[in-house]
Amino acid sequence: MAKLPDRREETLGGFIVHNIPFPISTDPDALAMLKLMTPITIEQEYKITYLHSYGQDSPWFAALTNRHLIASQDPESGYTYANPRGHHMASGEETQWIDITDRSAKVHAFTVCYFGSEEFLPETPFVLALIELEGVNTLLLTRLLGVDHAQASLDWIGMDVRPQFMRNSKLKPTDVYFVPA
Amino acid sequence: MRPVYVVSGGVSKFAKARPDKTFQAIVKEAYDYSIADLGLDFATFNGLVDGSVASYFSDHFARQLMAGIMVQDYLGLCPKPSHRVEGGGATGGICFQEAWKSVASGLMDVCVAYGFETMSHVETWKGNEFIALASDSSFDYPVGGFYSGYYAMMVTRHMKEFGTTVEQMASVSVKNHINAYHNSYAQKRNRYTIADVRNAPMVAWPLTRLDICVMSDGAAVTVLASEEGLRKLEAAGAQVARPLVKVTGVGRGTDAMRMADRPHVEYDDFMQNYATEQERSSDETRSYYRRLWDHGTRYPGVHSFRAGRTAGNLAYKQAGISDPLGELDFVELHDAYTSSEIQTYEDMGLCRYGEGGPFAASGKAFMPGIDYGLKLSDKPLCPVNPSGGLIACGHPVGATGLMQAVFALWQLQSTVGKHFGDNALQVKGAHRGAIHSHAGTGTYVSISVLENEVSHG
Repeated sequence: MAKLPDRREETLGGFIVHNIPFPISTDPDALAMLKLMTPITIEQEYKITYLHSYGQDSPWFAALTNRHLIASQDPESGYTYANPRGHHMASGEETQWIDITDRSAKVHAFTVCYFGSEEFLPETPFVLALIELEGVNTLLLTRLLGVDHAQASLDWIGMDVRPQFMRNSKLKPTDVYFVPA
Repeated sequence: MRPVYVVSGGVSKFAKARPDKTFQAIVKEAYDYSIADLGLDFATFNGLVDGSVASYFSDHFARQLMAGIMVQDYLGLCPKPSHRVEGGGATGGICFQEAWKSVASGLMDVCVAYGFETMSHVETWKGNEFIALASDSSFDYPVGGFYSGYYAMMVTRHMKEFGTTVEQMASVSVKNHINAYHNSYAQKRNRYTIADVRNAPMVAWPLTRLDICVMSDGAAVTVLASEEGLRKLEAAGAQVARPLVKVTGVGRGTDAMRMADRPHVEYDDFMQNYATEQERSSDETRSYYRRLWDHGTRYPGVHSFRAGRTAGNLAYKQAGISDPLGELDFVELHDAYTSSEIQTYEDMGLCRYGEGGPFAASGKAFMPGIDYGLKLSDKPLCPVNPSGGLIACGHPVGATGLMQAVFALWQLQSTVGKHFGDNALQVKGAHRGAIHSHAGTGTYVSISVLENEVSHG
């Protein structure tokens, strides 16, 4: 039998209080008693809208909206970054864009998130994965779909996968995700 | 560089929430303790302090910019020089090293390192969000920013490549929780079994709630001094415990913010630039690593932290350590996850890369004389997280690395029993220990070696 709830759900919010208890007189004894008060805790909302520029990495997001996965490559050495990087970390030289949409891909590592940051809680459980792409030196962090999270297995590592693109772009890295090939 | 002594320290009780005090007043608890342990009064001590370094990770948690100066003010240290350091989870360890630098360089004779975090001001899921903002906010965070998820991916790779098991990870949780049972400062003082750890709610497969540290409110303080500073303190009446404890090695390393961007190096590069002195000098170990590479392992991969290895190599070189397992009497390391304790055994050279799982379950990192309810194949060699670590003590980020320094100080002074009210966690005859502080997915790591002035000929 399922466990019956034995605690009421807690919610924030409540009444506006117009009088906080405080001694009627401020004689030394009464003031000394203030040291025994429990703390007052108030709510403070903090909401901000940022104008976040992707800067030199912007073409990577533009590519996703057009169903392409592009990468940064050092023209001299061919070292390739799955996530965009304007300059190569070894030489400091500017990188060039290459298209890696059709490269073969495998799962390098993964997890199933059953909990998470507030923003992503409604999406749990979800599968996070690092993907290896053929001829690419670094990995790509992504979501993996088309697998049963309840059957998570180390056998998923090495699984062939392919990119899939959102039809309605959100201009976020989640515009691309991977599914079993 | 001048010799630097750690002369005193204090830690506030770490707790899930401390609404009874503001962050300044929580730091003062630890500060007052460190002054009282020297036997000085507040005004005399403050008169001898040359300056300070402040440690706290997140302006989001405090919802207060320049919180450091509010602590400096509250402690009565204005107008002495001070600055804040920030390096994610390694903030406390970096703070300790910056205070060391202030004294070692000759800039100060007495420097206070103080750190704090008040993480209870938001719900856990919002706290996870703040922490996840310490990953690339263009490419990592939006995919599902969650640090437990990032570390769980490292785990699956470690398991796949090296055969590490969830039970080996759980043995770390059992060890650290049971150690903390004897530590009055710890937030979680519970006895768990391997089954308890595995049956706890799954957070990010295969990590359960008991594989992961908790968020905390808390503060810690250490006092560092030069020989001249020590003389001034003692001339003013300070009772600095003997044997004296000196910082003998300091190292720090870094890596790419995006875990996916780490460059993976070949065998020769690893042996030349990352292998420990001990690994390089062993034919058997070189062959072992060659076999790993032949099998497809690349370094650091996502299973290892080259920042940690770099920090360790630098600190060991300075401290003259060539065999960390044999030459360190204990380690307090950043076990935000049971898996990261295992990864860190390897980075710190306590065992070879790939052997952290069996090492964890062997008993070598356990405390002697404590019943863990586990069948351990080996005797304790170098207790790791004798305090209970982050998993059981809690992790108020800016305080954590300094908490490790304080616990290390007490180990080396042989005063654990006095401070914890229980001598079970005193490493008998401890002469040298290391503290390890770690940020992000391995972005900043600091390792410091402390040792007492007991001759070990």
